[in-house]
Amino acid sequence: MSGLFDDLRDLYQEVILDHGRKPRNFRRLEDATATARGDNPMCGDRIELFVKQAPDGTIADAAFQGRGCAISTASASLMTEVVKGKTADQAKDLGAKFRELAMTGTCPDCGAALADDMERLAPLSGVHEFPSRVKCATLAWHALGAALDGAKEASSE
Amino acid sequence: MDGVSATPFDVARIRQDFPILSQPQARGRPLVFLDSGASAQKPRVVIDAMVRCMETAYANVHRGAYRLSELATDAYEAARGATARFLNAADPREIVFTKNSTEAMNLVAHSWGRGVLKPGQAVVISELEHHANIVPWQMLRDDRGNELRVCRVTDAGEIDMDDLERHLSDGKVGLVAMAHMSNVLGTVTPVERIVALAHAHGAKVLLDGSQAAVHRRVDVQSIGCDFYCFTGHKLYGPTGIGVLWAKLEHLDRMPPFLGGGDMISVVTFEKSEWAPVPAKFEAGTPAIIEAVGLHAAIDYVTAIGMGAIEAHERALVDHATALLAQVPGLTLLGAAQDRGGVFAFGLDAAHPHDLATLLDRAGIAVRAGRHCAEPLHARFGLDNGTTRASFGLYTTKDEIDLLAQALTEAREFFK
Repeated sequence: MSGLFDDLRDLYQEVILDHGRKPRNFRRLEDATATARGDNPMCGDRIELFVKQAPDGTIADAAFQGRGCAISTASASLMTEVVKGKTADQAKDLGAKFRELAMTGTCPDCGAALADDMERLAPLSGVHEFPSRVKCATLAWHALGAALDGAKEASSE
Repeated sequence: MDGVSATPFDVARIRQDFPILSQPQARGRPLVFLDSGASAQKPRVVIDAMVRCMETAYANVHRGAYRLSELATDAYEAARGATARFLNAADPREIVFTKNSTEAMNLVAHSWGRGVLKPGQAVVISELEHHANIVPWQMLRDDRGNELRVCRVTDAGEIDMDDLERHLSDGKVGLVAMAHMSNVLGTVTPVERIVALAHAHGAKVLLDGSQAAVHRRVDVQSIGCDFYCFTGHKLYGPTGIGVLWAKLEHLDRMPPFLGGGDMISVVTFEKSEWAPVPAKFEAGTPAIIEAVGLHAAIDYVTAIGMGAIEAHERALVDHATALLAQVPGLTLLGAAQDRGGVFAFGLDAAHPHDLATLLDRAGIAVRAGRHCAEPLHARFGLDNGTTRASFGLYTTKDEIDLLAQALTEAREFFK
């Protein structure tokens, strides 16, 4: 092969392809305390997010189902992993920082407290060079924000 | 006119007419534009005609008692005449300029649907329609109670004529509204047969020619339909202008769509009287510059010859059909006997959106998603959508070869 797409490895890093093919926490949470749907009407990507909050408000479990491209599936998969153990406010703050990462490729305000989480999410930072794909990466986070705010639906539009 | 190649069809020469095809692209690859079904690129003659209008003959139309306005009015009405000849309309007054074909179909749904279609009558569409030929009829149904029926398509993606006849057989159908060519399956529908069948059961026929009018000669009198629409930007013309053709007898009976200036003859605060067609349907300042651009586009494709364009496309379709069948893991949507240059497909290893990003890297512009035809994708079990390559008169066999090669490599990438 001539490697026509070799320079796309920044976007489709192995970890993205792996999570895209084998998403983690890809299931329904029967005892979820909050759920929300996320729709990207432009491309038809659709996820259903399940969150289970412990009595102290921290996220005890998160899972998702749905359909989407490698980017949106990998993003949802990684998100369900990193938000476990976080309070709702911490998760929403992380979501805001991730959106900044996805749009600009960096997050100067992220600070040491978020360093480990942002490192885990960093493989998705390549999406900032593809404006039409940023919404794929942020769809799950929109749904998470909606679920934590008690809304039932979120749209990436 | 200048900028037009001589027959026989010379695609290399044609490509020189389109400035964008020689623009340097990112990463140095030549542009392979395979999204003409969404919107086509513009030849120099169209761009120049619009610039020339603005530089030399622009003013508002139908109202200025001065030379420049007369020039602009002449240019605008000349575009109507050219459009009438393009469709072989019986009379230029049968041409109503709209914003696009979506607006043209909405005009029919709102005006004819509310003013002429009877309360108990039904509208028949088909499974292969795009949203513009679904939603206006749903709105009419919800507003006025006119039943909406959906004719099936076969697994090959052709109109199921038996099902159409079944829908028509109770005599309650007032209108059959169908695409002349599918923007997903590429299917060219048998419009003469559809019209004959519908008319035999007392139904009128609206054809959405958004895709078809670009690829082959359309003769509305020979087809025999009642309404036909297409849009300028897919015919190598500008955005912002579309066409509704309808028989005069229909337009005369239809109430206005939008109210305002230019569509009236007398206005008092108590009541207004409508202007004669087509002005009745062209409220407000129309798309003057865009009409001039559409005229240039019509002249351009007419000079090349719609027959030559169709023959070129047929060769491309045959080439693409054979080549795409050899791409591992690729499933092509639709296998109609009569099809145009639109190929929607799935690739087993890749979501359409990911695939479009990869192809873009190879300089190939395709569309990914459901192409404003969500029910059709559901019909074929493709809820993730498809990737679609659609051709224009500037498309070459080499570009299709590159597409097939890139698809093969893309599959390796995602495996």
